[in-house]
Amino acid sequence: MTTIDPTFAKATSPRRSRDNTKLHKAMSRGMLILYILFLLVPIYWLVNMSFKTNTEILSGVSLLPQDFTWHNYGVIFSDSTWYMGYVNSLIYVLLNTLISVTVALPAAYAFSRYSFMGDKHLFFWLLTNRMAPAAVFALPFFQLYSSVGLFDTHIAVALAHCLFNIPLAVWILEGFMRGVPKEVDETAYIDGHSFGGFFLKIFMPLIASGIGVAAFFCFMFSWVDLLISRTLTSVNVKTIGVAMTRTSSATGLDYGVLAAAGVLTIIPGALVIWFVRNYIAKGFALGRV
Amino acid sequence: MLELQGVSKIIAGKPHIHPTNLAFQKGTMNVLLGPTSAGKTSLMRLMAGLDRPSTGKVFWNGEDVTGRRVQDRRIAMVYQQFINYPSMSVYDNIASPLRLAGRGRSDIDKRVRDTAAMLQLTPLLDRMPLELSGGQQQRCALARALVKDAGLVLLDEPLANLDYKLREELRDEIPRIFRESGAIFVYATTEPEEALLLGGNTACLWEGRVTQFGPVTEVYRHPIDTTTARVFSDPPMNFSACRKAGDVLTFDIGAKIATSGNLSAIRDGDYVAGFRANHLRFEKPNGPALELKCQLVASEITGSETFLHVRQGTSRWVALVHGIHNLSDGTDVSLWLGQAHFHLFDTQGQLAVQAAYAAAA
Repeated sequence: MTTIDPTFAKATSPRRSRDNTKLHKAMSRGMLILYILFLLVPIYWLVNMSFKTNTEILSGVSLLPQDFTWHNYGVIFSDSTWYMGYVNSLIYVLLNTLISVTVALPAAYAFSRYSFMGDKHLFFWLLTNRMAPAAVFALPFFQLYSSVGLFDTHIAVALAHCLFNIPLAVWILEGFMRGVPKEVDETAYIDGHSFGGFFLKIFMPLIASGIGVAAFFCFMFSWVDLLISRTLTSVNVKTIGVAMTRTSSATGLDYGVLAAAGVLTIIPGALVIWFVRNYIAKGFALGRV
Repeated sequence: MLELQGVSKIIAGKPHIHPTNLAFQKGTMNVLLGPTSAGKTSLMRLMAGLDRPSTGKVFWNGEDVTGRRVQDRRIAMVYQQFINYPSMSVYDNIASPLRLAGRGRSDIDKRVRDTAAMLQLTPLLDRMPLELSGGQQQRCALARALVKDAGLVLLDEPLANLDYKLREELRDEIPRIFRESGAIFVYATTEPEEALLLGGNTACLWEGRVTQFGPVTEVYRHPIDTTTARVFSDPPMNFSACRKAGDVLTFDIGAKIATSGNLSAIRDGDYVAGFRANHLRFEKPNGPALELKCQLVASEITGSETFLHVRQGTSRWVALVHGIHNLSDGTDVSLWLGQAHFHLFDTQGQLAVQAAYAAAA
């Protein structure tokens, strides 16, 4: 097994093997580019549509806008129903991210540091909240929030999303916190830190990337959800989801504006990913996501 | 003065620490010596107040501090793992306990720099702990523990994860630091050699019990039972069953020796002789001695000395002899043990007769 076949040894001369690795590199790069292009097709189509007029969209296939127009974006930035949709969505998304991370931090700390009766079951139970489709909760949420007078407010959507985001945030943060030895906590107490001081000044900086990753996931989930936000809002708080369905039904099918709205919806998510991209890689490795 | 009165710790029905009484005087070095999972760390955590004892009380200068928060005790602790605050610079790490104590800025700066100089950390003050080597990280942890003038400094195997050279260095420094601080030092270690080098008092731990506590040389020379003798001996103490009848002590392996001195004073009956590896010789010593004929199982040469692992019947012993001896395994060897060099324990394991060499010292 371990003896080297002389013919084989000759075949892989340095020159030859260098060519091989070059070819190999080129091939894998090519595959990667193809894959990314494939993934980008729907986004390309959306961007393409957003610069076309409705007539062109409906008249046939064109890979580039024949009659380039900014009109669709103009509609969105001039009509308050549209742009306030983004503002409202951002408000409840940020509100939700803030609530979720704030609540999940102490919960995750408890799960990572203490063992109490049923802790493992509780941890699993938290996750089961993510196993039901959001649509299941739409009706009970609607009824509940209507009856307590929270319907059509930012906080209603933010709270509803907490049902899905807090378990996720707890799960992510617990993984990061487990990576910090308990002795760090004890050393801090011995040095004279109170629990609060230790948590804010020493512990949180240690799991900063975990907090970043958790906030990112909360943001993304809350941002892409249209169903619950549409169910819980109507007049005062028009979310982007409401705006999209409303407009498309009122003026027939305004594909161009809808596509522009879609492009603008992608942008915040892409921005957030750009900011946390370094943490994400670190986060996926360190935490248990 | 730190005093433990009947302190025990039971976790999930299993006793981790049996009821223990210990008193450490002000300004003393106290070593907790025991193998892994003997309860050294558990006992330290009880002293520190990180864990609450299941029974018993902890007194500090005569005051009951059993349930007091660690923040309110004047203690410092260094762990085996290098524990620092990774998000702060070395300077801020060391300054951290002083800032919390509300000291003045210039006072903090002076103390941090003094302590850093003592532990040779001065050039590293602006670095982050995770950029440092293991030894430097541990020195940073030590500096943080020493800077705040704690009354009780707990060191839990602080040198275990360091390389040989650094261990030697810090081992020399710790007694010096200790003398300058005037605090009670408690130092946990698994190595008998370390306990001897550090001096002070030694408490031997075995399976959650303190088997013996006293000045280190006394514990070493006068182990009150076989457990202490086994723990405080590296390589472990050798044991051999023997029987005293009249004026003769007969070892199970056949060797006989006439009893004299305090050996003749004990009652006839069964005993266990305990002797250290370094007391076995190739040459017959002066005075009465036993010849132990045994078979070599393995030998290890460490520079100028040779460890011989030998077997005689079911007994296995270790001998440490000077010089390099190249012997093939399985050879018959005969080793000599002087009469002055073995302790006798009774069948319960309690010391019956101290070895003459140790009693004389």
